[in-house]
Amino acid sequence: MTEAYIYDALRTPRGKGRKDGALHEVTSLRLSALTLNAVKERNNLDGHAVEDVIWGNVTQVMEQGGCLARSAVLASDLDERIPGLAINRFCASGMEAVNLAANQIKGGAGNAYIAGGVEMMGRVAMGSDGAAIAVDPSLAMDSYFVPQGISADIIATEYGFSREQADALAVESQRRAAKAWEEGRFEKSVITVTDQNGLPILDHDEYMRPGTGMDNLAKLNPAFQMMGEAMPGFDKVAIMKYPHLERINHIHHAGNSSGIVDGAAALLIGNKEFGAQFGLTPRARIKSTAKIGLDPTIMLTGPVPVTQKILSDDGMNIGDIDLFEVNEAFASVVLRFQQAFDVDPELVNVNGGSIAMGHPLGATGAIIIGTLLDELERQDKEVGLATLCIASGMGAATVIERV
Amino acid sequence: MTDFTYDVDADGVAIITWDAVGKSMNVLTREAFGLVEGYIDQALADDAVKGVVITSAKKDFAGGMDLNVLASIREESGDNPAQGLFDFTMGGHSILRKIERADMEPKTNKGGKPIACAINGTCAGIGTEIALACHHRVMTDNPKAKIGLPEILLGIFPGAGGTTRYSRMVGAMAAAPVLLEGKMLDPKKAKSAQLIDAVAADPLEAARDWVLNASPADIVKPWDAKGYKMPGGAPYHPAGFMTFVGASAMINGKTQGAFPAAKALLSAIYEGALVDFDNALKIEARWFTHVLMNPSSSAMIRSLFLNKQALEKGAVRPKGVADQSVKKIGVLGAGMMGAGIALVSAKAGMEVVLIDRDQEAADRGKAYSADYMDKGIKRGKATEETKAALLAQITATPDLEQLKGCDLIIEAVFEDPKVKAEMTAKVEAVIPEDCIFASNTSTLPITELAKASKRQDQFIGIHFFSPVEKMMLVEIIKGKETGDRAVAKALDYVRQIRKTPIVVNDARFFYCNRCILPYINEGLRMITEGVSPVLVDNAARQLGFPVGPIQLCDETSIDLGAKIARATKAAMGDEYPDSPADDLIFWLEDEGRLGRKASAGFFDYDAKGKRTEYWKGMQEKYPLAEDQPSLTEVQERLMFAQVLESVRALEEGVLEDIREGDVGAVLAWGFAPWSGGPLSWLDIIGTPYAAERCDQLTEAYGDRFTCPPLLREMAQKGQSFYGRFDPEKASAA
Repeated sequence: MTEAYIYDALRTPRGKGRKDGALHEVTSLRLSALTLNAVKERNNLDGHAVEDVIWGNVTQVMEQGGCLARSAVLASDLDERIPGLAINRFCASGMEAVNLAANQIKGGAGNAYIAGGVEMMGRVAMGSDGAAIAVDPSLAMDSYFVPQGISADIIATEYGFSREQADALAVESQRRAAKAWEEGRFEKSVITVTDQNGLPILDHDEYMRPGTGMDNLAKLNPAFQMMGEAMPGFDKVAIMKYPHLERINHIHHAGNSSGIVDGAAALLIGNKEFGAQFGLTPRARIKSTAKIGLDPTIMLTGPVPVTQKILSDDGMNIGDIDLFEVNEAFASVVLRFQQAFDVDPELVNVNGGSIAMGHPLGATGAIIIGTLLDELERQDKEVGLATLCIASGMGAATVIERV
Repeated sequence: MTDFTYDVDADGVAIITWDAVGKSMNVLTREAFGLVEGYIDQALADDAVKGVVITSAKKDFAGGMDLNVLASIREESGDNPAQGLFDFTMGGHSILRKIERADMEPKTNKGGKPIACAINGTCAGIGTEIALACHHRVMTDNPKAKIGLPEILLGIFPGAGGTTRYSRMVGAMAAAPVLLEGKMLDPKKAKSAQLIDAVAADPLEAARDWVLNASPADIVKPWDAKGYKMPGGAPYHPAGFMTFVGASAMINGKTQGAFPAAKALLSAIYEGALVDFDNALKIEARWFTHVLMNPSSSAMIRSLFLNKQALEKGAVRPKGVADQSVKKIGVLGAGMMGAGIALVSAKAGMEVVLIDRDQEAADRGKAYSADYMDKGIKRGKATEETKAALLAQITATPDLEQLKGCDLIIEAVFEDPKVKAEMTAKVEAVIPEDCIFASNTSTLPITELAKASKRQDQFIGIHFFSPVEKMMLVEIIKGKETGDRAVAKALDYVRQIRKTPIVVNDARFFYCNRCILPYINEGLRMITEGVSPVLVDNAARQLGFPVGPIQLCDETSIDLGAKIARATKAAMGDEYPDSPADDLIFWLEDEGRLGRKASAGFFDYDAKGKRTEYWKGMQEKYPLAEDQPSLTEVQERLMFAQVLESVRALEEGVLEDIREGDVGAVLAWGFAPWSGGPLSWLDIIGTPYAAERCDQLTEAYGDRFTCPPLLREMAQKGQSFYGRFDPEKASAA
C-alpha cells in the first residue's frame, strides 16, 4: 500500500484571542495565506505541486466562511489549479485535515496535500455560526445538551478528579511550555507572522503565563458553576444523563482550561514519489488514523475510545507508543486519558499544551501533530500518538512513526 | 338558538356574541367555530360594516375548547388520526388567520377592517387564542377575571396559534410564564404581559370605540409588517441564541424530560421563529398534532381535566340524597391537620369550632389560620378585614359544649384507637342526632373506629393530606356500616372547600397510603441491595414524581415509617412479610436519624435545616454495589410497586371506580402526572407487556411483583382498564 509521509510541519505563533492580542489585526484569510506561503517557500512547491489544500476551521462564518480554504489558496502564492477544501470537525478539524490527506494519498488520490487549519477566535467568536444541537429543542433536549465546560466538570465528577489535580496539571503545562520556548524546542515549526511589508507582527506564543503556581490558580472561581447550578441550570440536565451523580463538581476555570487564541498550522503530506520529485526527505509516516462518536453530554472523553480504536485497528498496544499529545481542552480531559491508560504523565504533552499556549480550534489538531513530531525527533523516539476531544461527543487520533 | 349571534349596531360595528347554548361557560365546539367563520365572512363582505367586536354574553368570556372535540376527531379519522387532527388544527388556523388579516391586501396591508375582542370575564385556552388573533383586546377591570393559556397543565399546548402569536409578540423568554407554566393572569398583569391591550369597566364599549377609531396601521400585526424581528432575538440572533440554549436546558431540568408537551411547545416556538408566520402556524400544527398523538396527552386530559371535574361535580355521589352542605363544622384536635382543616373550612365560609384539650392548644391551632392570612396580606391576596372576618368564623375552645349545632365533625386527634373512641363518645353526647362524624385517620380502619359510635351509619373517614391547604385531594373512606348520607355529606363538604374527592372502601391504608408505602419501601429495598440512593431518587424524578422515595421518607420522617411497620406487623402477625426495608428503617431509627425534622436521616442537613447531601454513613452498612442497575430497571421497580397495589385495590373493591384510582394517585402523591395515573399508565404500556414484566420482576426481585389475577386475565384478553372499566358505560349499565 502507498504510504503517506509528513514532509513538513509548521505553525504560526498563537496570539491572545482578544483585542489586545497581537494577531487581532490580522485577517483569517491573511494568516491562512501566510501559512500556506511558508509551506510553499520552505519546500519549493512550484506549480500544481499538491492535489489539494484541506483546511480545518470551526466557525465558518463571515471572514472564515465561504470556503476559506479556496480563498486562502487564491490569496497565497500557490498555483490556482490547487483547489481548496474547508472542513469542520470542531476541535479536531486540523487533525482531520491531515488524516483525510493521508488517507487520500494511501488510497491513491493524488501525491501530496497541504493539510492544516486556522482559527481567529478573537475575530470570529466561537459559537457565532450557531448550532442546532444547542438550540433546537428536538435535539438539545433529547441529547441532554450541555456546554463543554459542564461536560469537562462531568468528567471530573464521574472519574473523581479534584480541583487540585486539575490545577496541578495546568501549572505543569505552563512550566513545560515555558521550558520548551526557553530551549527553542519549537524553532523548527514556528514561523513569524509578518505584515504585507514584511514587518514582523508576532514570533512567539503570547498567551502563556510562565511561573503560574497553584496559589495563583486557587484564586480563580469555577467558570461553569453559575450556569450549572443557577441559570439556566445545566447540572440538572447533566444529572438526567448521569443519574447516579448527586451533583456536578465544578473544578474548571480559565486557568485549567484551554486558552482562546488566534493561530494557524499546516503540514505537507505526500507519498514517496512526491518526495523524490521535489527532493524532500520524509520525517515520519502517518501510521494510522481514527475517529469515533460517543455520548454528547459527557462529550469530551473521546481521546479514550478513539485511542482504543486506533490501537486495536492497528494491532498495537498502549505500550508501543513512545509519546502522546492529548489536547488540553480542559484539564480533566487529559487526566481522564492518563487514568484510562495508566500512562506516565511525563510522556504526555511533553512541551505543554493548550492550557498554556491556547487552542485555536481549527488549527490545534495540526499543531499537536507537528509538536509531537518535533519532540519524537528531539528525543529520538519512534512512535507518537496525538488525540483530541471533540464537541458534540467525538474523538480523533493520529499515530505517526518516524522514518 | 346557536352558540354565536351576529348583530350590526347603528355605528356599523358588527357585534359577534358568544353564548353557548345550555352551558354556564362558553366552550368552543366545532360547529361554533364554523359559525364564527361565517359571521367574520359576513362582516368582511358587508360594506356597511366598519369593524367587528367579538364578545360574550356570559359572565366570563370563555373556558376553552370543548375537549371532547379532540377525541371525536380522533375517532372519525379512522386509521389516520394524525391527518384528521392536523387538518382540523389547520382549519382553525385558517379561521383565526382570516380574523387577523381581515381582508387586507397581502402586499400593501390596506383595505382591512378592525376586529377587537371584548373580554368581559375569565378567558382561557382557545378563548385567549381567538382574542390574540384579533387586532385589539380590551378586558374587564374585574380583578377576579383571569386570562391565560393553561393548556400545558393538561399535557398539551396552545395549538390554535396562541403559541406562535404570543411568542412572536413578546419573545420566547417573556412568553414562558404564560405558555410553559400556564399561568392565568388578572387584567393588570395581563396588560403588562401584553396578553391584552387595555382594561376597561365596559370592555364592549371600549372595544367598539377602538374599532371606530382604528387606523389602517393599527390592524397590521408586527409579523405581517415589513422588518419584523422577534423580541429578545430569534434563535440564531446572538441574544436569542443564549435564550434558546437556556430554554431547552431549563425546561429539560424542570420537567425532567417527563412532559412531552413542554418539549413540543418549545420546538414549535423555535422552528416557527426561523420562518414566516404562515409556515410557523403549520409547524405549530404539526407539533400540536404530535402531542395529541402521544398517549400521555389523552391520559392527562382524561384524568386531570375530565375525570377530576366529574369527581368534583359528584360523579360518585349517592343518588337521591338531598344537599348536605356544611354550615357548622367541629374540628377535634388543633394539631397541624386539625388547624389546616379549620382553615380550609373557614375559607369556604363555614362556622368552625376548633377543639383541643386546653385553650392554649386550641388557640395555637387557630393561630395557623392567622399566619396563613398574614402571608396572604404580604402577597396582596388578603387584607386585615378579610383576615379578621375569617378568624371570627373560628371558635377555638376546649369546651365540647360549643359543638352543639354542628352538622359535621372531623376528628383529627392522636392516632390511637382508644383516644379516638373516648372522643367519639364524648362528642356524640353533645352533637345533634343527625350530625355526621368523620375521622381524619390515615392508618386506622374506619370500620373499627366506627364501633365507638352509636350511629355507625353516620360515621365515615375523611382523609386529608398534608399540608391541608395545599393538597388538592381528599380521600373519603366508607366503613362497613357507613350510609349514603354520610358519603353525600363528605362529598358536599369537599365540594365546599373546593378540593377533589375520591371515595374508597375501608381497607388497610385505604387507597393512597397503600400505594405510597410500596413506593417508598421499594426505594429503601434498593438501598439495601447496594443501589445508589442518588440513582433511586433521580430515577423517580425522571418519572415525573415531585420527590424520590428516599427523600419522601426523610420528609415524612423515619419514625413514622417505623411506627407504621410495627403497627402493620402487629396487626397482620405471621402474614406480614419480612422486609429489608424495615430493617433499614429500624436501624436509622436506632441511630436517631429520624429524617428532616431531626436534621439527619437519609440526608445530612445544614444548620438551617437545608438538605446538603445523602448521608455517607449509609454505605458503611449498605455498601454501593459495583454494578448499578440501569435507570429503566430502577424506574420500573418503582412504578410496578405502586401500580400493582392500585390494581389490587381495584381487584379487592377498595376502589370502585378507576377514575378515582388515577385522579387520586396524581393529586395525592404526584404519581407520574404525564401518565394520567397508575391505571392509565398500565393502559399506555399495555396489559400484556405489564403482565410479562411482572413475571420478570417477580423472578428477579420477589413475590411482591406477582401479577394480580385481574391483570393477568386482562393481559390474556388484551384488555385495557379504560376499555373494561369505562366509568361511563358502567354508569349506563
